[in-house]
Amino acid sequence: MNDKNNGGWSPYLAGALTGGVIILSALIAGNYFGASTCFVRVSGYIEQLFSPARVEGITYFKWFAPKVDWQVMMVLGILIGSFISSKQDGSFQIKSVPDMWSARFGSSPVKRGAFAFLGGIILMFGARLAGGCPSGYGLGAMVQLAVSGLIVVVCFFAGGILFAQLIYRGGEQR
Amino acid sequence: MSTLMNGLLTGIAFGFLLQKGRVVRFDKQMGALRLMDMTILKFFFSAILTGMVGVAILHQLGIARPLILPTNIGANIIGGLTFGLGWSIIGYCPGTSLGALGEGRIDALWGILGMLLGAALFAEVYPAVQDSILTWGREGSIRLPEIFGLNDWIVIAIFIAGGLGLFVWLEKKGL
Repeated sequence: MNDKNNGGWSPYLAGALTGGVIILSALIAGNYFGASTCFVRVSGYIEQLFSPARVEGITYFKWFAPKVDWQVMMVLGILIGSFISSKQDGSFQIKSVPDMWSARFGSSPVKRGAFAFLGGIILMFGARLAGGCPSGYGLGAMVQLAVSGLIVVVCFFAGGILFAQLIYRGGEQR
Repeated sequence: MSTLMNGLLTGIAFGFLLQKGRVVRFDKQMGALRLMDMTILKFFFSAILTGMVGVAILHQLGIARPLILPTNIGANIIGGLTFGLGWSIIGYCPGTSLGALGEGRIDALWGILGMLLGAALFAEVYPAVQDSILTWGREGSIRLPEIFGLNDWIVIAIFIAGGLGLFVWLEKKGL
């Protein structure tokens, strides 16, 4: 497609190097990639600020206690790493509505924000029901040849592709 | 090095590479789901195939211990498809949403807040899910080599052959 690299690296190279980071993290810390569990920990942490007794009574927060662990730091690191990379090559850009979104749904940041919020709720609910997200099931479980990883990654893409076809049917309208 | 510091450095390296591959971007994520631009798939499978080989070596040498997420067929499928619905709306996944925010995409912040709420909602309904969906097709921590009766390296070789075939096909199609 047009303008595919946008001045970035080859996705094959960046991906293979990420594979190297996955190997190093297994070697050094014995940890495998994942990103959605820490959203449970942080949401429990925030809920605890308002009502500690309530969080105490929720079973799921016993499994995934509100605390800062390896994965919370890893996900925080993604934010920092992306900031460093985008500042380094000049691709950092403050933007509140993505191009493809505004071509289909208009340039209102409020509308985009509302749907991003809604999509985030649904996506995370699904991720926790499935037991993880693309990082955990793809970069963590599939890497270790887990059956679960293959099933879930196929469903992520199958669901995503199906609903994207429905949502963007009719193409660009504005 | 402390575990937390290791996590932070791992994340910084991961975020740096995600951004360099331009994978954190909404247009790239939706481009893949709309079958127009498969950049994220190339990145994702390159990472998985490379990781597979290295991690298998670590496991076989006994240097790192495997941690296999259990297979719960019902929850895996229903949760995976639900994720897909949300993904097609937000256009970021949990890891890349932080990366998108890192390169200045403010809309990702609303998505992250939604994800935190989604996690809290799941915690609320977990007891009901635990007694229903999570009991459908509970197979435990099974691996592909065992269910197909193949050696780890043969499974990895199949993945690599399939992945390279996919890459060649995508390049030929100009995706």
